[in-house]
Amino acid sequence: MAGVRALGSLSRLTTRRYTLFPARTHVNYEIKGDVAVVRMNDPNSRVNTLSTQMQREMTEVMDEIWGNNAVQSVVLISSKPGSFIAGADLNMIQACTTAEEVTGLSQEGQRMFEKVEKSPKPIVAAINGSCLGGGLEFAISCQYRIATKSKKTVLGCPEVMLGLLPGAGGTQRLPKMLGLPSAFDMILTGRSIRPDKAKKMGLVHQLVDTLGPGLKSPEERTIEYLEEVAVEAARGLAKKQIPLTKEKGLMQKIQDYVMSYPFVRQQIYNTVQNKVMKQTKGLYPAPLKIIECVKAGVEQGPTAGYLAESQHFGKLAMTPESKALIGLYHGQVTCKKNRFRTPEKDAKTLAILGAGLMGAGIAQVSVDKGFHTILKDTTLEGLSRGEQQVYKGLNDKTKKKSITSFERDSFLSNLTGQLDYNGFNKADMIIEAVFEDLSIKHKVLKEVEAVIPPHCIFATNTSALPIKDIAAVSKRPEKVIGMHYFSPVDKMQLLEIITTDKTSKDTTASAVAVGLKQGKVIIVVGDGPGFYTTRCLAPMLAEAVRVLQEGVDPKKLDGLTTGFGFPVGAATLADEVGIDVAAHVAEDLGKAFGSRFGGGNVEVLKTMVEKGFKGRKSGKGCYIYQPGLKRRDVNTEALEILESYKLTPNAAVSSDSDIQYRLVSRFVNEAVLCLQEGILASPVEGDIGAVFGLGFPPCLGGPFRFVDSFGADKLVEKMRKFEEVFGNQFTPCQLLLDHAKDPSKKFHK
Amino acid sequence: IKKTLAKPGVKNIVLVDGVRTPFLQSGTIYADLMPHDLARAALQGLLNRTGLPKDAVDYIVYGTVIQEVKTSNVAREAALGAGFSDKTPAHTVTMACISSNQAMTTAVGLIAAGQCDAVVAGGVEFMSDVPIRHSRRMRKTMLSLNKAKTLGARLSLLGSIRLAHLAPELPAVAEFSTAETMGHSADRLAAAFGVSRLEQDEFALRSHTLAKKAQDSGLLSDVISFKVPGKDIVSKDNGIRPSTMEQMAKLKPAFIKPHGTVTAANSSFLTDGASAVLIMSEEKALAMGYKPKAYLRDFVYVSQDPKDQLLLGPTYATPKVLEKSGLTLNDIDVFEFHEAFAGQIMANLKAMESDWFAQTYMGRKTKVGAPPMEKFNSWGGSLSLGHPFAATGCRLVTTVAHRLQKEGGQYGLVAACAAGGQGHAMVIEAYPQ
Repeated sequence: MAGVRALGSLSRLTTRRYTLFPARTHVNYEIKGDVAVVRMNDPNSRVNTLSTQMQREMTEVMDEIWGNNAVQSVVLISSKPGSFIAGADLNMIQACTTAEEVTGLSQEGQRMFEKVEKSPKPIVAAINGSCLGGGLEFAISCQYRIATKSKKTVLGCPEVMLGLLPGAGGTQRLPKMLGLPSAFDMILTGRSIRPDKAKKMGLVHQLVDTLGPGLKSPEERTIEYLEEVAVEAARGLAKKQIPLTKEKGLMQKIQDYVMSYPFVRQQIYNTVQNKVMKQTKGLYPAPLKIIECVKAGVEQGPTAGYLAESQHFGKLAMTPESKALIGLYHGQVTCKKNRFRTPEKDAKTLAILGAGLMGAGIAQVSVDKGFHTILKDTTLEGLSRGEQQVYKGLNDKTKKKSITSFERDSFLSNLTGQLDYNGFNKADMIIEAVFEDLSIKHKVLKEVEAVIPPHCIFATNTSALPIKDIAAVSKRPEKVIGMHYFSPVDKMQLLEIITTDKTSKDTTASAVAVGLKQGKVIIVVGDGPGFYTTRCLAPMLAEAVRVLQEGVDPKKLDGLTTGFGFPVGAATLADEVGIDVAAHVAEDLGKAFGSRFGGGNVEVLKTMVEKGFKGRKSGKGCYIYQPGLKRRDVNTEALEILESYKLTPNAAVSSDSDIQYRLVSRFVNEAVLCLQEGILASPVEGDIGAVFGLGFPPCLGGPFRFVDSFGADKLVEKMRKFEEVFGNQFTPCQLLLDHAKDPSKKFHK
Repeated sequence: IKKTLAKPGVKNIVLVDGVRTPFLQSGTIYADLMPHDLARAALQGLLNRTGLPKDAVDYIVYGTVIQEVKTSNVAREAALGAGFSDKTPAHTVTMACISSNQAMTTAVGLIAAGQCDAVVAGGVEFMSDVPIRHSRRMRKTMLSLNKAKTLGARLSLLGSIRLAHLAPELPAVAEFSTAETMGHSADRLAAAFGVSRLEQDEFALRSHTLAKKAQDSGLLSDVISFKVPGKDIVSKDNGIRPSTMEQMAKLKPAFIKPHGTVTAANSSFLTDGASAVLIMSEEKALAMGYKPKAYLRDFVYVSQDPKDQLLLGPTYATPKVLEKSGLTLNDIDVFEFHEAFAGQIMANLKAMESDWFAQTYMGRKTKVGAPPMEKFNSWGGSLSLGHPFAATGCRLVTTVAHRLQKEGGQYGLVAACAAGGQGHAMVIEAYPQ
């Protein structure tokens, strides 16, 4: 894509000289009677982006059309089946080195869309597929929008998720078009809006159905049909048979009336601001700037609004938060690809052992992807609970209308619940999710290997047991692999795949292929106690226990961690993971890694487990959980246990900030050590694993990007200070020291 | 051309005769009847027409789509009411718009298997009255009320009723699996095959014009007169209304707004009506002194995607049944296709004419070809005569027999689409005159 950009700027320079030969590759148009149909198709990409090249060609084409007297109206459409315009070209922004340059890009976009908005010939945006970011801003500057009802058609401004804002008029046009509340919701959440909702909101004027097989492929014919309908609409608009302004409904009139009072608007700004502060702890600058831009436009008029938008856009693009979020976006794209070759055999039938939370969760994300899925448990009660979980997961989707009840039923027909090994002789992959106990895992593995076909892969879903230990009893260790899912499986995007040195490449390729089909973001790591994710989390939780033992209240600890950017506080996280699991892992990894994994006393956790405080699942952990109650009180009995293991804090390393860095530095150091030891293949996977699996602050972009932006030297300095007090738990690893010594060393280029 | 499709060792099965009540727009003269009344009229009409002794029938099969819950086995109620022997068993089948085709092929099966010699098949649809139900919540409350023992329990149940529970549930001509109405699917199908509004209106006008001509020249001899209690004698279909292209062009789209192409004028309308046929083994028919009208030969049922190919049944069924019979499209002299929507017929004709479609979606090497229009539905069709869902199949078969007699020719082909993405086709051979 950098190549595309280079090409773009080059052709911008050259076309001034050779305007007679505009070699257009991205945009072309055809005149159908009195309607110009402008078609976009980026030949170098699966989706259209507003690259320099696309913008230049679009400007040329539009100028020609505006100057052509035979044309009365325009249809803007993409020739790509799944994408109208997926957004601006990120590389274009990333290639800029100053805020002013980015502001310049924004202003170019604003000018272009202003011309579109003021076009004397009505322009119809015919939308099929993703219409996001700059694509949406283009569409909303057109006079009329028609969208297909395709599942691929989504409208939205995801800029905020990249730490940016809609920089080509989005913050100015959306409030006018949708009203303040809807506009704020759309711009601040970045959520994708489906066609039916878009029609209801007034974001599009007309919907077009998708077509099935005809004399051409459904995709091709649907685009043609959209074009036909759009051409008719364009004619109607030019002849003023279709009015541009819709009669406002009663609710709309009331809303407009209420909004005409400045104090009402002020109230909205305040409410939105407070909500943003509460959710982001002020760690993300983009949402606050978005509010400012909208406010400037509404209160001071368009000139001030557009200026604020372009300037804030420029500034945001230079923030570390935006760079971190864009890095995560690229990382996620990378981790959605199979870097291993295509597996020899396509896995079609999965058999999942254990219908607990994990097993049923894995079943749920498999059946709706077309896997024939066997769910096996040892008891009827367990099986029934698990099947109910799958049903409920899918039925909730039906209630939210993301799938129909018929789709739900047909997905469920892929599920076979059973207590025996019947049908395992046809399984392509076993995913074992039984209790985390080596002897049980061994027993299951032996039982299963007796009934499965030779090609069948045995994947074990464990969060800490080394895969080679589990594979030790296998007759075919090359078929054994770890697939570490995160709970709840249907919500958590990450899948950590663990290979031993005996795991074959084809087994890995197959596991990745299955995971990708299940919709997961995948990191593939080496084997070892705790692999990557659990191994990073364990020292941080050990530190959290020590902090609690030092008398810090769980609520305070949560505040400190979320204040650093973790979506879930450390104490709450322990409750969610399960205190018993945490104790188990702490003990196992403590044995494997020694004193480096020390910190808090494991006995604290063990005592809590003995008293039944296993976390959320048992109703009590660090907090007390009551069904139906959102408010949680600290579990005073847990505090009593902590009291009995009380440690005296050392004032030199116990400020709020110290506590935050004690927690984070241990996490980060362990991550870097994983890269050093080859557990991790790349920093990208390390960042993705930490953010998507463990909730490492997204605004920091993951442990590796954090080291890059924070400075390895500064981090080492902090760790040395803690090391003096606590010892080897804070000894920086060699790779981190290397980076500290040489500031030019970066994990991310 | 094959001279006959008779096969050694296989029983010849014949259509002795077929009748139907006039097909009326729902909510008109039949409005106060019940479905089995219409079915009764068709059965009695068949008895009158054929002079069949009531106890000579071995079995009765009837089709219906929208069921009247009081007469869920409408075949039995109608047979008893029509005075058939109470010793003649009867059952009801349902397969959407090909329900009476299913009734007829069930009869063929019974005879071929040697279980029966004379079977009456038919179909009835009554759209003037459809079951409108209470909401599920309300039904649940009412059923619990039956079981409540104490006054307190009853009062508390009654107290739980909310205004919203009283909203009734209306039946819709929609697919259960996709929740899409058939008209909506037809409009999308027409668009997928690039069928224009003009083509659809022209085809609908053709259907009405041909039906009117057939009605006026007395070709619709399968229609029997029916004295409706409290009303006049009805002896004609009342939905045939040839209009002009200009007038049809004025109508707004009925399902997809504002840019759809399917309108009330180019769709079949809600219809009340019933039909019945007498099917026998050839031996039995001859032994009873009948002169059969046609042989019923090979038939197929097909099914495909209920969302995007809901109404493409004829396209899939036609080549399959022709292959089975060893015939080609050129061997067929008379085509009777069910016209659900003009757009659906035009889409099917285009699909049958497309090599690409045959190769991509049907796994065939070449297209089957579209029927020549001069042989196609030349006495009108469902668009103009009306379409009482479960009664249409018998009308199609009887019409083929009558057209073969009138126009000459050896073979006729019936094809129809049905909800659920299903379809049917049958080859009919003229009986030597």
